[in-house]
Amino acid sequence: MTTVFLASLVEAVEALTIVLAVATVRGWRPAGLGAFAGLLVLALIVVALGPILDRVPLHLLQLAIGILLLLFGMRWLRKAILRSAGVIPLHDELMTFAAETAELREQARRNEARLDWLAALASFKAVLLEGLEVVFIVIALSAGRGMLIPASAGALAACLLVAGVGFLVHRPLARVPENTLKFAVGVMLSAFGLFWTGEGLGVAWPGADLAIVGFAVLFLTVGLASVAFLRRPRIKVLS
Amino acid sequence: MNMLIAVLRELIGLFVDDGSLALMILAVVTLAGILATLMPDLRLAAGAILLFGCLGVLVANVAIAARR
Repeated sequence: MTTVFLASLVEAVEALTIVLAVATVRGWRPAGLGAFAGLLVLALIVVALGPILDRVPLHLLQLAIGILLLLFGMRWLRKAILRSAGVIPLHDELMTFAAETAELREQARRNEARLDWLAALASFKAVLLEGLEVVFIVIALSAGRGMLIPASAGALAACLLVAGVGFLVHRPLARVPENTLKFAVGVMLSAFGLFWTGEGLGVAWPGADLAIVGFAVLFLTVGLASVAFLRRPRIKVLS
Repeated sequence: MNMLIAVLRELIGLFVDDGSLALMILAVVTLAGILATLMPDLRLAAGAILLFGCLGVLVANVAIAARR
């Protein structure tokens, strides 16, 4: 549930930036309606897919979900390592907010009549696209374990927290340590993915479920060591 | 239509950002799977391949990305 909560925090902050941009240009009504519609579609996906996956044999489900979690978690971890090391720039919520606001103002200039629809659509799209990652994590971590409700509650709690803070401060949450959260979630998802892929292949991990903690420590250590290695000053040899 | 394409792109992007990372992970999983299937007594070795293979793939991938 912690993994779902932290992952949802990251994605909710990104979605909030777009929703706030829409609210700033066009008001809270289209922004709120679009966001609500996006959340509704995401909830429908979870409600539809969760119970179906509970019927898949556990062994197959572990292997499929494990591989997908490995792909997903290691993608997040890779990006977080490269961002921490300064190889690629950090995600800038203020820049995203400015770009989205400018685009909406340009749309307003071109087509005033349809703007409410366009604004609501921008809000809907942001919530739907950012939320897909949350939906995947909720379903992947709860499938076959009857954990759909607590996992969904963790995601919902993170979304409500971010929405509440965003509504109060009325600006993008640029101070949220997004990359640190992404690093942590990447480590946890990679550890879960590795564990379940192994279980799906019939590997009896030493220590059973406790092995996940060991894998997380290993991924964290390798991740931090990679950041330190990539950050080190490079010495150029002049010939 | 644009929205559908964006959703599909996002769905694929959930798992594949850097194609070489995804391919290498799948290669490690396949290798571990082959070992676990052909030698059921050595399943723990398959687990070790999975663990150290994934860690190795991660280190190699970020090192290559940093050099680009």
